[in-house]
Amino acid sequence: MLELKDVSVKYGSFTAVQNVNLDVSEGQIVVLLGANGAGKSTVFRTISGLNKAASGSTHFEGSSISKSSPDKIVKSGIVQCAEGRKLFPMMTVYENLKMGAFVHRSHRKKTKDSMEYVFELFPTLSEKQNDMAGSLSGGQQQMLAIGRALMAKPKLMLLDEPSIGLAPLIVEQMFEVIQKINREGTTILLAEQNANAALKIADKGYVFENGSVVLEGTSEELFSNDEVRKAYIGA
Amino acid sequence: MKILKRQYIILAMLLFAIFFPLVTQNEYLVHVMTLSFIWMIGVYGLNLLAGYTGYLSLAHAGFFAIGAYSLGLLTVKAQMNFWAAFVLALVITSVIGFLVGLLALRTKEHFFAIYTLCVGYIIYLVIDKWESLTEGVRGLIGIPAPGNIGPISFQTPLSQYYLVLSILLLSVLAMYRIIHSLTGRTYIAIRNSEDLAQAIGISTIKNKLTAFVLSTFFAGLSGALYASFIRFIGPDIGHTVITFDLLTYLLVGGIGTLSGPIVGTVLVVWISQQLQFLQDYRMLIFGPVLTLLVIFYPRGIVGAIASWTNKQAGRMKQRSLRDEKKEDSFPSSDIAPENQVKEG
Repeated sequence: MLELKDVSVKYGSFTAVQNVNLDVSEGQIVVLLGANGAGKSTVFRTISGLNKAASGSTHFEGSSISKSSPDKIVKSGIVQCAEGRKLFPMMTVYENLKMGAFVHRSHRKKTKDSMEYVFELFPTLSEKQNDMAGSLSGGQQQMLAIGRALMAKPKLMLLDEPSIGLAPLIVEQMFEVIQKINREGTTILLAEQNANAALKIADKGYVFENGSVVLEGTSEELFSNDEVRKAYIGA
Repeated sequence: MKILKRQYIILAMLLFAIFFPLVTQNEYLVHVMTLSFIWMIGVYGLNLLAGYTGYLSLAHAGFFAIGAYSLGLLTVKAQMNFWAAFVLALVITSVIGFLVGLLALRTKEHFFAIYTLCVGYIIYLVIDKWESLTEGVRGLIGIPAPGNIGPISFQTPLSQYYLVLSILLLSVLAMYRIIHSLTGRTYIAIRNSEDLAQAIGISTIKNKLTAFVLSTFFAGLSGALYASFIRFIGPDIGHTVITFDLLTYLLVGGIGTLSGPIVGTVLVVWISQQLQFLQDYRMLIFGPVLTLLVIFYPRGIVGAIASWTNKQAGRMKQRSLRDEKKEDSFPSSDIAPENQVKEG
């Protein structure tokens, strides 16, 4: 479904990501593991067109998206849910969700259906739909960020560190929801530092270090790999 | 209840504007008020771009001047029908706005401000130096007053006052519709974070360009009205000083608020009139006041009032909640976090 071939990304003369190869098949949950600054977010920004790759190519459903603009990429079905729960804090929950359906703005029915789906998935958002997004708690903000990404009806959702800064119980709920979204037909590419929780729900994973992939395999393989256990699971 | 109150305020302002010239009977005051209305239209244009989209254009007076000079040249030199020239002036301003926007919007933040500052100054220089077309420093004299619309003529100051007022009301209404539509929310999203806006599929280039063109359209509208009202224009109207005047009105009233341009323009224009005996020393008062305002009330007077009423509403809600709890003799517990103040 999504394929990155030898992708390198530079910030000025600094190479943030070097010769990365990724392969995500339809229906999977794929996780990118790695510490801060390993290049996971840069890979995400490159997939969604916010950064341009210096070399290499990105293909989505058989066609190249390396040179597409971010809005075209969203229209083609890849939606990023950025790290740090980036919302429009001065807009209400409802308005935030409405903005998520921007690419489908001419299809009222579709937007309404997606809104109902999101409210079903996160009943709290339905209760708080007229509250300012900035007044929500951390967990609720993350729900809203995911909900807003879902409003675009993505085929592939990029989730950048959904567990960051959340209480353990909320993290657990968040991963359950991610699994549910996946079962209902959305392929998921996930960047995480919480390797334990992420590998439990993932089909396969890639381990990033200093901008390149140092290890890849199914979640079982990674889970039983000593180095991964030592570095990311702590056991 | 809050909405009801807001409606009363709007109604009161509207009635005041309608009856103002009849009550004062002072032609000078009516003149100043008409001029304020004209500035307000320009400030609304600046507000859409700088306030809602987050791009501070300092070429605004340049586009104001393009609107004024287009109207002036088309009526005086080309002898065109007034209203045809008026519409064409708006088209010319918007087209130049489009072309400038294409280039200027490749930059961001302070680079954008600096770039547009230069564009504005170049527009001023072109008007000043291109004597064969614009008459240079001598200016354009004899611009006609607005032509008749059917039986209504606009030769008297009073009729011009009402013409400008109607156009202002239409502009405010248009602005209200834009801000409360998906387009407006798209602009706010871009101001909020351009990356985020792109990540949810907004073509930021397209939307920034429409905001820029709309903003120049209102600048042109304001300029064309100015030319037909004052009936004499010189290159000074395109000077950056005018841009900063407009920006001052916006900052005082409230940048990124719907009623800010009205409040700010009326207030600053009125205060400058009152302080005229101080001549240029007025700036000694304006400077510090503006600085303090920007530091403590970045969203101007309107923003300050809005956050104050929100706070009051929050306090009222908390108090009534506390009372309820006492009546029900509940064991004391913390007050729900929903009652935190929301600033809008």
